[in-house]
Amino acid sequence: MDILYLLVPLSVVLVFFIIAGVWWAIHHGQFDDVEKEGERILNDE
Amino acid sequence: MAFVNSQATTFNDKVVRQFAIMTVVWGVVGMLVGVIIAAQLTWPELNFGISFLSYGRLRPLHTNAVIFAFGGCGLFAASYYVVQRTCQVRLFGEKLAAFTFWGWQVVILMAAVSLPLGYTSGKEYAELEWPIDILITLVWVAYAVVFFGTVGTRKVKHIYVANWFFGAFILAVALLHLVNSAAIPAGAMKSYSAYAGVQDAMVQWWYGHNAVGFFLTAGFLGMMYYFIPKQAGRPVYSYRLSIVHFWALIFTYMWAGPHHLHYTALPDWTQSIGMVFSLILLAPSWGGMINGIMTLSGAWHKLRDDPILRFLIVSLSFYGMSTFEGPMMSIKTVNALSHYTDWTVGHVHSGALGWVGLVTMGSMYYLIPRLFGQKQMYSVKAIEVHFYTATIGIVLYIAAMWIAGVMQGLMWRSINIDGTLTYTFVESVKATFPFYVLRLVGGLLYFAGMVVMLWNTIMTATKGRSVTVNIPALAAHA
Repeated sequence: MDILYLLVPLSVVLVFFIIAGVWWAIHHGQFDDVEKEGERILNDE
Repeated sequence: MAFVNSQATTFNDKVVRQFAIMTVVWGVVGMLVGVIIAAQLTWPELNFGISFLSYGRLRPLHTNAVIFAFGGCGLFAASYYVVQRTCQVRLFGEKLAAFTFWGWQVVILMAAVSLPLGYTSGKEYAELEWPIDILITLVWVAYAVVFFGTVGTRKVKHIYVANWFFGAFILAVALLHLVNSAAIPAGAMKSYSAYAGVQDAMVQWWYGHNAVGFFLTAGFLGMMYYFIPKQAGRPVYSYRLSIVHFWALIFTYMWAGPHHLHYTALPDWTQSIGMVFSLILLAPSWGGMINGIMTLSGAWHKLRDDPILRFLIVSLSFYGMSTFEGPMMSIKTVNALSHYTDWTVGHVHSGALGWVGLVTMGSMYYLIPRLFGQKQMYSVKAIEVHFYTATIGIVLYIAAMWIAGVMQGLMWRSINIDGTLTYTFVESVKATFPFYVLRLVGGLLYFAGMVVMLWNTIMTATKGRSVTVNIPALAAHA
């Protein structure tokens, strides 16, 4: 199952990217006032 | 740095309009091919001995047409519309966006010609040969630039949850396509996979299941999180839950693929990992489904007279059903009965017709009138008709396949006291015949609904005109 030497590291790298994504979202104010964001799209036109 | 798109005062709805129209057109085409092959399974003579019409060639044409042409165009249209509205900015890259439209149509046409001619790489849901694969890659890179360029130049600080789903779908599909389609060309329309044997099978289903997860789920969840709140006129039930839904879903999806290879040469522990991850997936899937449906909490009466909302909410019920059924079927002992039977076909179509199909149709019914300067579709009654024909069609289809599948599984595993098989294979084929007829009836109904939608779309488009929508003067600084 040599292919797992490609697919498993690939998934691990991907998980690191996902963690970086969560980190970015938290520290760049994406989740500061979440419920308001849900309502905002109702007035976007 | 000044971007052309961020100074523009209007949305780029032209490309959205083009993709929305083609969604409906390719829907009719793909579902027609589906009806034809359902009839061929019932009455095999219907290939008339013509190689182009043989089941083996039309089946990939059907799957490619409904997934990548119908579903793909729907995702392009929805993501381009949603990202502009939620970011309050014009689409990034005018020419690049046009290239994604024309490039994607060329991919579809090349598939429609090459598959019936018998050109195939033999990889399920990735049958197209290497020159077409390269064009897909180019279009996809352009898509990513347009989408993320738009998000990057947004006028609103917050990135709406639908855009996270669209973004994950675009990135994951790029990765899946590149790894799975790696091949050594051996002629203009012939190539050999870079992997062999069980390695190839593992890559194939790593791709295959993640295509379900990111193309057919994450992308359409992006649609769901925008169009349900808009159509219902209410914010999503819990925005907090939608964020948890997103991160949990993309964290857990990657390793469900091995459940397609239970009891094969794949190592046992890999199969078990696939099964465990599939079971875990039930949680984020149902979280999202409940979140979408509960958006109507306190406003259930809207379902009574709004057929578009009905499309969207019923699509979520099918999403819930198939994301329950899927984990159950991934359990090895259940899979021992269900695998290679028509139960799998039923499961796929409960997801495809019920979830992907209905959510796309609902979203297009929301979009199309707006793109042509109309308040609603030409005929709301026709949307109603479409809803009922589609829903009844799905129920007939999946009920027939459930019965057929369980029956086949039981017949194949049944043994006499002396250890011989109770039934020959052909006896199970004969027993399946009435269910194939029923499935065909279900498919015909679903297809008929799509034809009604095409008529309604043409009437709406000819009655209205292509409008340019201004980006509203910013009120949101959030």
